Amino acid sequence: MMQPEYILEVNNLSKKFGGIVAVRDVSFRLKPGEFVGVIGPNGSGKSTLANLITGFVTPTSGTIRFQGKDITGKKPYVIANRGIARTFQMAKAFDHLPAFKNVIIPLCSNRVKKFKGGQYGERDDIAIDLLEEVGFERDSSVPYKTAASLPHGYLKRLELARCLALRADLVILDELFSGMSMSEVAATLPIVEKLKTAKKTILMVEHRLKELFRVVDRVMVFNFGVMIAEGVPDDVMSSEAVKSAYLGSEE
Amino acid sequence: MVLQAMKNSQSVRYRKERLDRGIKARSDTIYSLTSYREALYLVAPRAITVLGIIVLPLVLDEYWTRVLVLTCTIGVLALSWDFIASAGMFSLGQALFFGMGAYTAGVLNHYLGLPPIITIPIATVVGGFLSTVLLLPVLRLRGVYFAMVTFALPLLLRALIEATGAFQGLEGLSALTPLPNLWVSVYLIIGALLACFFGFRRIMETDYGLILKAMLDNDQAVMAGGINIYWYKTQALFIGSMATAFAGAFMTHYYRFVGISSFALDYSVLPVASAVVGGPGGFAGALMGSFILVPLCEVLRSIGSWRIVFYSFLMVIFVVTVPEGIFHYLARKYHQYERWVETE
Repeated sequence: MMQPEYILEVNNLSKKFGGIVAVRDVSFRLKPGEFVGVIGPNGSGKSTLANLITGFVTPTSGTIRFQGKDITGKKPYVIANRGIARTFQMAKAFDHLPAFKNVIIPLCSNRVKKFKGGQYGERDDIAIDLLEEVGFERDSSVPYKTAASLPHGYLKRLELARCLALRADLVILDELFSGMSMSEVAATLPIVEKLKTAKKTILMVEHRLKELFRVVDRVMVFNFGVMIAEGVPDDVMSSEAVKSAYLGSEE
Repeated sequence: MVLQAMKNSQSVRYRKERLDRGIKARSDTIYSLTSYREALYLVAPRAITVLGIIVLPLVLDEYWTRVLVLTCTIGVLALSWDFIASAGMFSLGQALFFGMGAYTAGVLNHYLGLPPIITIPIATVVGGFLSTVLLLPVLRLRGVYFAMVTFALPLLLRALIEATGAFQGLEGLSALTPLPNLWVSVYLIIGALLACFFGFRRIMETDYGLILKAMLDNDQAVMAGGINIYWYKTQALFIGSMATAFAGAFMTHYYRFVGISSFALDYSVLPVASAVVGGPGGFAGALMGSFILVPLCEVLRSIGSWRIVFYSFLMVIFVVTVPEGIFHYLARKYHQYERWVETE
């Protein structure tokens, strides 16, 4: 089968919540291996966009195609099995389970079963490996602690580990760095860069522009649900539309 | 007493410190045992419970053996409730599963003349299947909404049978084939109870059970992990309702009768009450709860019409004083050392 030129194609995507238009007529495309940032002020529809692509919110109109196949309005687990993994803005951990058991959930999905046997017991080892990859100290008690007892930075990295476990082709990171301390960000950034080296396609919704600009190829800027600018970080940030969106216009 | 007095004196403050006995290695399921004493410490409570239940019919008279049969039946219902609840579905309609199993067995026996050895297994599967199919449309509902639907369905079926007169309506199907004798009955239901208890526990220990537990915590994140939560919920519901349908089919042959009383509120409320009093989660609480509530109900029979008053009052006392559940309270006391330590 011929590899389609774009891994993700979003066409005229809109979402209305009652009278409010959260995302208005958005179109963009991602090439395989591209690292794209999504920025914009609060309430500009960034997270809704992430939810739309991953199927947690059904679009009002428009289409989403992934690897050449239509995934518009499909259920979240169907989309995850096709190969789109995500993290949540608010870390959604399984509080009562130990950290490494958290990672076993995606390892039980049909997608991962196709990759490897994934026998009972073996999954525990893979889970611990994944946790080590996102910076959980392997020989400490941390991976065995219940998720509820972990600090916020660990929870976010646990999200990332669950995301890696799916071995997705497209990774959507929804405000991964929010609520992290500077040192936690510094510890997490290399993991994201490693994803980039592994040739994953990444869509990263983020508020921390400095860290984001270090890793992305290009950014898309949103304001009131509309994409107002797109391009390499430096060009985009110098454009008038973006400045007024962030700082407010003169008038 | 001295410590209590010291605690009350204002100069030094004391607080209770709780320490886990150090035999757990890393996770909940792995223990590091270094002596027979420690092995006994782990095995004794489990072995005493299981052996106790098996020996009970040998020492009880006929009346109390019949109470034991009812206790085990409610026990199966409570275990089934706890299992379904472990998958994030709060059911108030065990009577639905119970009635489905009861009527399937009754109909097969009354109209087709099949013996219990055939009707009970068929009713277990068919009852579980019918209940699951009936609840499929509402699997998407969560919490109190799911509870309301499961609560309403048995009432609806009961009224339906009453209105249409199906399966001999209010009279019900009577003079069904009995089980051979009381021994067979009591050991059949004890076997079922233990099978449910250990079966459900085994399931929850596997990765399959892990997904059910995760759904209880956060089903969105489970979906993001590529897991079809509705399919898992359907399976869990089927497994859970099969256990209750078995109990229903068993009761049909035990009483030699099936009627709209099979959809009675008791079968919905008692299992939930048992699980809550004993402590939901982990199944041992549900088991313990049913072995407290059902015999208690019989003991109170001697005080006549005050029975329900005391019964309800005691239930309130249980829930208020030990909100975590009696089993979890006792387990905590058993697994932890407690001592008073100074605080500044």
